Amino acid sequence: MAAVTSVTTTATRPGWLRQMRTKTRRLKLPWIPVAIVSTLVICAIFAEVLTSVDPREINMLEARMSPAVISEFFGGADANYSWSHPLGTDVMGRDMLSRLIYGARTSVLISLVALSFGMVVGTTLGLIAGYRGKWVDALVMRFADAALGFPTILVAMIIVVLLGAGMLNIVLAVMLTVWARFARMIRGDVLAIRELDFVTQAKIAGVSAHMIIARHIFPNIVNTLLVITSLQIGQVILLEASLSFLGLGLPPGEAAWGIMVAEGRTVIVDVWWLSLLPGLAITIVVLAFNFFGDWMRDTMDPKLRRA
Amino acid sequence: MQRYILFRGIQALFTLWILSLAIFLSVHLTGDPAQYLLGSEAGRTEYEQLKKNLGLDRPLYIQYIDFMGDVVRADFGKSHILGRSAREVLMERFPATLQLASAAFLIALVVGIPLGIVSAVKRDTPIDMFAKFFAVLGIATPGFWIAIMLILLFGAILGWLPTFGRGGLDHFVLPSFVLGWAAMAGMVRLGRSSMLEVLDSEYVKFARVKGLSERLVIFKHALKNAIIPLLTFSGLTLAGLLNGSVAVEVVFAWPGIGRLMLQGIQTRDFPIVQATVLAAGLFYILTALLVDILYAYVNPKIRYE
Repeated sequence: MAAVTSVTTTATRPGWLRQMRTKTRRLKLPWIPVAIVSTLVICAIFAEVLTSVDPREINMLEARMSPAVISEFFGGADANYSWSHPLGTDVMGRDMLSRLIYGARTSVLISLVALSFGMVVGTTLGLIAGYRGKWVDALVMRFADAALGFPTILVAMIIVVLLGAGMLNIVLAVMLTVWARFARMIRGDVLAIRELDFVTQAKIAGVSAHMIIARHIFPNIVNTLLVITSLQIGQVILLEASLSFLGLGLPPGEAAWGIMVAEGRTVIVDVWWLSLLPGLAITIVVLAFNFFGDWMRDTMDPKLRRA
Repeated sequence: MQRYILFRGIQALFTLWILSLAIFLSVHLTGDPAQYLLGSEAGRTEYEQLKKNLGLDRPLYIQYIDFMGDVVRADFGKSHILGRSAREVLMERFPATLQLASAAFLIALVVGIPLGIVSAVKRDTPIDMFAKFFAVLGIATPGFWIAIMLILLFGAILGWLPTFGRGGLDHFVLPSFVLGWAAMAGMVRLGRSSMLEVLDSEYVKFARVKGLSERLVIFKHALKNAIIPLLTFSGLTLAGLLNGSVAVEVVFAWPGIGRLMLQGIQTRDFPIVQATVLAAGLFYILTALLVDILYAYVNPKIRYE
């Protein structure tokens, strides 16, 4: 009996596994970007678990320690480092590794919130504009054009003047520019979909406009929505970093990558890792998201290739 | 064509008006300028007196009419911090930004477009790989960070180039490269994809079948059509350079309006903020308008939409 069961399990399991494997292989997942994005998300969620060091804890006695991972191999005899700070410390003795991990959280949080708001507002307006057409469409698209083209930094600065610096204002500034991209693309899709037979039939059957939009049109734009979102994340992270760098976001001293780069700027010659590391983190993460977005676009919606 | 220009002109004016309204409201509704100027320790009478002097005790719509009059005359008042008229400071700083943006734009055009075209023509060769890599990196790296790293490398370590302020031609190298890189990356990408598409079209195939030399096919037939999308894009890029110029000006201590704008915000210097934001907005809107008209001129389809 035992032999039989073992035969059946070995017979079914590889089959099931093989199916999974061929499926994922056919998807051609970009493994490196996926790994980077996963790392980022894990850092953001489990920051407390990954490091026990407080990213804001100042310790002047341990200031300006160089990254141990580098100094161990390349540092001279006078190199000041310790393995308790694998990536070194900043001018106030704050642990770089811990600040980078908490910075990931800031980055993910702001981008996620801003992008979600932008997505909801943009999609809703895009759906309405595309479906209603005429002056509603014209009005929404004029505002979208203005928002799209207008320099984001300018928008952010106006908001900061209006409301003062802070996390919420970064979110608002990012949202104000992001919604238009969604609105434009979604509206384009809706214009094509609303001419299709099933929409006409729903209209004839007396289905209300918002039911048509929600039940018949929305499901058909989900792919586009996912693709735009994934293509936008990198840009949003970059924008958040720039605003933080300029001091338009979180207060100084907080763990955000943009702020960290700014803090290292004045001491770049002596304490080079201060700016180098967070900037590298931004670049790698944005690259990963961009590659991932390209992959999403190519897999889910080849017609967007040129957009 | 004239109707189109008129339509776009009105639209541009409308955008400008929205911008001015946003600025007016930002100063007059959310914050109290008199409060900012005096600080929290000021007495009640002082505060009332200042409000009267600034005209803040009048109804909002009258203040708005006044404000619009000032905007039209480009009179933004006196900077509290610098002690000079905001217009004067703006005029002094604007050329610096314009020069930097032009240099960056030129680099983007001169390097970006040929690289994109060559990358498409020599598809899948090392040149193509390099162009793609260069473009991908240009889009993903934050300009302010690249700026700092270049200062470290070329200024501090190698000592080849000046790293701050405005001066001779060598002062332009680092800031304009940093500012132009993202724009260049976009041009490489778009130039490549648009050239690839054109090379795949029927008429190019026909030209090849006809036995024209590859050189003639590319320069005489393909290039002209591949350039059109780049035209619109480059206009938008020029306007978009404003976006990056704030950070670049800050890092390189470039005395332009981007840095002035940021300083104005940090010191709550409203006349400066108003002047710089409106000037930047005007610059952007005019460029966009110009590009649209140029584009309609090149592409007749647009005019009749």
